[in-house]
Amino acid sequence: MTANGWIQIIVFLGLILAVTKPLGIFMARVFSRERTFLDPVMRPVERLLYRMTGVDEDHEMRWTEYALTMLLFSGVSMLLLYAIERSQQLLPWLNPQHLPAVAPALAFNTAASFTTNTNWQNYGGESTMSYLTQMVGLAYHNFASAAVGIALAIAFIRGIARREKETIGNFWVDMTRATLWLLLPMCVIGALLLVSQGVVQNLKPYDTVKLVEPQQIQKTGPDGKPMVGQDGKPVMDTVATQTIAQGPVASQEAIKELGTNGGGFFNANSAHPFENPTPFSNYLEMFFIFAIPAGLTYTLGRMTGSQRHGWAVWAAMAVLFLTGVTTAYWAEAHGNPLLSGVDQRTSLAQPGGNMEGKEVRFGIADSTLFATITTDASCGAINGWHDSYTPLGGMVPLVNIMLSETVFGGVGAGLYGILIYVVLAVFIAGLMVGRTPEYLGKKIEAYDVKMAMLVTLVFPFIILVLTAISSVAGFGTSSISNPGPHGLTQILYAFTSMAGNNGSAFGGLNGNTLWYNTAGAMTMLVGRFFMIIPMLAIAGNLAKKKYVPPSLGTFPVTTPLFTVLLVGVILIVGALTFFPALSLGPILEHLQMVAGKTF
Amino acid sequence: MKKHLVTSVLMTIATTVLLGILYPLVVTALAQLVFPDQANGQLLHRNGTVVGSRLIGQAFVGPGYFHSRPSNAGTGYDAANSNGSQLGPTNHALIDRVKGDVAANQADHPGQAVPVDLVTASGSGLDPDISPAAAEFQVARVARERALPEADVRRLVQEHTTARQFGLLGEPRVNVLELNLVLDDLTRR
Repeated sequence: MTANGWIQIIVFLGLILAVTKPLGIFMARVFSRERTFLDPVMRPVERLLYRMTGVDEDHEMRWTEYALTMLLFSGVSMLLLYAIERSQQLLPWLNPQHLPAVAPALAFNTAASFTTNTNWQNYGGESTMSYLTQMVGLAYHNFASAAVGIALAIAFIRGIARREKETIGNFWVDMTRATLWLLLPMCVIGALLLVSQGVVQNLKPYDTVKLVEPQQIQKTGPDGKPMVGQDGKPVMDTVATQTIAQGPVASQEAIKELGTNGGGFFNANSAHPFENPTPFSNYLEMFFIFAIPAGLTYTLGRMTGSQRHGWAVWAAMAVLFLTGVTTAYWAEAHGNPLLSGVDQRTSLAQPGGNMEGKEVRFGIADSTLFATITTDASCGAINGWHDSYTPLGGMVPLVNIMLSETVFGGVGAGLYGILIYVVLAVFIAGLMVGRTPEYLGKKIEAYDVKMAMLVTLVFPFIILVLTAISSVAGFGTSSISNPGPHGLTQILYAFTSMAGNNGSAFGGLNGNTLWYNTAGAMTMLVGRFFMIIPMLAIAGNLAKKKYVPPSLGTFPVTTPLFTVLLVGVILIVGALTFFPALSLGPILEHLQMVAGKTF
Repeated sequence: MKKHLVTSVLMTIATTVLLGILYPLVVTALAQLVFPDQANGQLLHRNGTVVGSRLIGQAFVGPGYFHSRPSNAGTGYDAANSNGSQLGPTNHALIDRVKGDVAANQADHPGQAVPVDLVTASGSGLDPDISPAAAEFQVARVARERALPEADVRRLVQEHTTARQFGLLGEPRVNVLELNLVLDDLTRR
């Protein structure tokens, strides 16, 4: 670990702190339909959209109608994505590599994945998806699912803020405003900044270049194995060219991060030099992942009239973020003790540490920072393969997702995720004090706690049950690529990532099988929509309640004590649920690695 | 219900046109106008042919070239199949591969520990860079093979070392393809 590494981490958190207030105020104004500087441009576009689609922007929805419209929109747009994937070979434009139709199970998995903001990928982008599918299908859903997430978070905030009201806003209006005022303008700027660093943005066919030094490579036979001649010597082939995949990458890259989607244009995601060419592009991508989720904590404070509560939530997130990044940075900087004859020391001349699966330009600090951020938020982009991390270094992203990605979290999803924990925290505080719990002037009653518990229980249930099935059945274990305890971690990570709508993976696991495609798609759909509906039910129920002025017995949600309690609840719920599984996976592997055992 | 369904369909179509078609096309037009080199992949030319991209690594095995990192992109540095090794830290396949690469690298420096990035595969399999330590490790071999003074090769490496961006971000690094192209130009003359 180096001073420079720590400075990069602290400066990053400082930038997020700096953007929280201005972006939070801006979002509060946008969703309260107050004037902003973008109105002259966006208001006409907004009106035109409503006129074309028959939306009455003054109509207010109950939580049930809000949920219904959200589900219908997600369903229709998911069907469209499936159709595009299945027919990309028929569409004459923007398929310069003549890529064939995506297979049905994979297309279904991918459609579910992008609709739910997961971006789990059982395919390599440059070898599977045409430019058209990437732009019109995948990048589109990066916008749509992010806008839906933000809309839901705003609806939840309204539920807390409103008093004796039946409604929590209009889904179409919230979603449209999230897109036009927030995502679209930031993405145009972000995409151009990325291009300035070297992220490609074109529609041309893949380039073929002449290698400086032609390479001898063992031929692969029709059975997929390296070919051996009759004399027992390998059959060699001369490779004199390199095909370089191109595409409209920057436009997708910007929304991939800003919408905490994470689906890479290329297989290697943000490790690919065309997705993430420089340390600055890396920093910008990390900033984009955290910007909106951080800002939403301020929006929460502003719209509910308790700014200090917003900051108390922010502080809890920051504590968990720093804990995660410190652990991952420490573990990776210490390298892999099983490698001999290798210089893993950190110096000015080399990053050192565990560099398997990592890029030199990022080194250890920027790789572990990225891994922590992408799983704190439900992004899932990666700039190095988590599968090749040390056991404890790889456990950090896994645990981050297990904590329901509430550390700043996904756009919108992070905020409503942590608010579920807030409800539990004030409930527990209420039990300790012996009073009916209150949250910002609303009594938290049995119905709210039941709904919160439903969210809290469905998530680990689906992860642990499906991991258990996959780790004993042949159709599950056959996809494992790393033997020993690491294999269990691969499966556990897969279902945790899909249920948490993260999308990052222990990439060695072969997810492109019938079982993982279909079970995975169901996991992602449950992980998204089964969380949202109880959450909206709480919002609708809170909106109806009377305001109870705080009294001496009210547990304040604006103090450091509350921050500590909230962090405690998140860690206890997460630890109690997942500790047994973790001890069989990464913890066991760590102990074996220290003892010098390989698999 | 029916009204909402109609709105859902219309909203999907309208936003697809805006976000899936207009947005990427506008960004493409702007990018091609303002940053044409970056937007097209920063291709490098030599004598009228395209010999690579500044951002995409290539494999080098000849002793007169600086070597890139091990790659698991396709059969190695396949820029249409980016990937890492996906090997876990306790997988003996990883330990064995590193052992073999260490042995090959130590041919010139018996017993000397090899800089870690030189024997580990990158995430993309296309990493264009090696660390300054990994370049220094190869200076003696390249100088000998090309009959150049070590000091000259070392100075060349230093000239092609990129410092941390803004003095803060990322890690110092050496672009292997650019360095090797300069070496070729130098010895050909």
